Amino acid sequence: MTDDPQTRSPTRPEILPLGPDGVVLRVALRASDAASARVQALAAALRAAPPQGMAEMATALASVWLRFDPALVSRAEFLARLSPFLDMPADPPPAPVLRRWTVPAAFGGQAGPQLAELAALTGQTEAAAVAGLCAADLRVLAIGFAPGQPYLGLLPPDWDIPRQTALTPQVPAGALVVAVRQVVLFANASATGWRQAGRCAFRPFLPDRAQPFALRAGDAIRFAPVAEAELAALEGGDGLGGARLESLA
Amino acid sequence: MTGASGTNAANAAKDAARLTVLSIGPQVTVQDGGRPGHIAQGLSRGGAADPLALLEAAAVLGLAQPGPGLELAGFGGRFRAGADLRLALTGAPMQAEIEGQRLDWNRAHWLRAGQVLSIGGATAGQYGYLTFAAPLRAPLLLGSPSAHLAAGLGSVLRAGDVLEFGPDPDPALPMIALAVADRFSGGSLRIAPGPQTGLFDASCRARLAETDFRRGAQANRQGMRLEHPGAGFSTAAAAGLVSDFVGPGDVQMTGDGLPYILLAECQTIGGYPRIGTVIGADIPRASQSGPGAPLRFHWVTTDEADRLRPDPQAMLAALRRTARPVIRDPATIPDLLAYQLVGGVTAGDDLDRGK
Repeated sequence: MTDDPQTRSPTRPEILPLGPDGVVLRVALRASDAASARVQALAAALRAAPPQGMAEMATALASVWLRFDPALVSRAEFLARLSPFLDMPADPPPAPVLRRWTVPAAFGGQAGPQLAELAALTGQTEAAAVAGLCAADLRVLAIGFAPGQPYLGLLPPDWDIPRQTALTPQVPAGALVVAVRQVVLFANASATGWRQAGRCAFRPFLPDRAQPFALRAGDAIRFAPVAEAELAALEGGDGLGGARLESLA
Repeated sequence: MTGASGTNAANAAKDAARLTVLSIGPQVTVQDGGRPGHIAQGLSRGGAADPLALLEAAAVLGLAQPGPGLELAGFGGRFRAGADLRLALTGAPMQAEIEGQRLDWNRAHWLRAGQVLSIGGATAGQYGYLTFAAPLRAPLLLGSPSAHLAAGLGSVLRAGDVLEFGPDPDPALPMIALAVADRFSGGSLRIAPGPQTGLFDASCRARLAETDFRRGAQANRQGMRLEHPGAGFSTAAAAGLVSDFVGPGDVQMTGDGLPYILLAECQTIGGYPRIGTVIGADIPRASQSGPGAPLRFHWVTTDEADRLRPDPQAMLAALRRTARPVIRDPATIPDLLAYQLVGGVTAGDDLDRGK
């Protein structure tokens, strides 16, 4: 654990208002493994025994968001019901993995035009960088920015690299971009300040698919390297890009 | 069904409920209250930029619940009715007419079968709403007919589109009008603390409420930029701040310290620090402020914000109490001679006796 006050977990999450019917339980101002573990532990406890009046819950990298139903509870009543959940260990064990994805992805070349730059920034060869990205046992830390789009992490500390100062005007849907020990799998073509290491044929959100949203916060993901030429055959269809899902529940 | 009336009813059902889009502005979408419940999947609620306008429409049309309407961003379109349709015009006032007859805003109108409704540009504000008493039959996308263009759900209306409706629940209802206070020219926005308010120092927060802003040129359903003379609003905590939940009304400070108010179709998570949240009751005023409109912020506490939380059912009931039947000006009645002006002889004191 570090002594940096920005990452040190307070003993209890901060309880903060967001909008007319929202509460944010914030465990840290910066991303860390400990913050993610506390967020997932808090969410698991709330999911197991939802306090009366809770209408919706979501997790981000260092906070849990709750919406309460003002027709059922006042904010003060709701906060009182949250209180028992807030005393929690500073370093809870990681939440158990219920679902594990293996997602084929190509790295370098056209599929990952900034792989060389990323390898240089992390002080390793391109081959070692790809091996590291594929060895990482990643979790869906949060879903946001675009529907279904996951923030994956955390990569080992040598991947704690900043965002670019300039925006890349466009990366394609399926782009795997890296910064601050995280990987974002882009749901749609987008501008980004993160560097593109690879690309996959997995589409986390398709409105017309039986399950429009493929991923859930807490899912485990590992990338399986494939040649760039193999991606084309994985595109289309159910939009899962050859990904394999194991249920571990 | 048998008999002449049955056949008529069947015919009416067959083409009752159609409206053909003859021409259309660039950003006209179907909007209702949005689709709550998908924040965990990164999909914001969306829905009408000015939800009050849909409540006003429900009040003048006598609907039990606000239904979906057409949100007209800046400009409307031309629509031909396949059957008689009762409609409401609410939100940002726009130039509108049926067959050369100018239409007042904030009231109900009949669009008769075969007639063309023309809605032009907004005379103030941003979003006008065209809502029908007959329920719009629009496909549900994840539980709502609302287009959420940022998420790739639904699309803008195009010329040639045909909208279909179910039966009008109360076609005998008299034409009703509302007196609506101006929320289309900027003004004061109440702002409550949010999760990151404490990251901005007290003088920065105070200065926010002392600054005259203008709505910038950049605005859409996701948010609107503000402009002001003088220094930006920044916090030293912005660097390295973890991305966190954002919501409609949040006032985020981009890299240059200029405020940007998030609106209905904002993202669910963002990395820019947010100084506070415009309360729900003032979202219609924020959304409807046109380019250059003057805006001020006024801090309220979380308790005050919660007390002012919009309650759609209570608002609809209050709007119904202020609704008044339209009194027609004889000068605007095109076929005055066809009206039976003295159909019933009374003592002339009906209104007084009604009190």
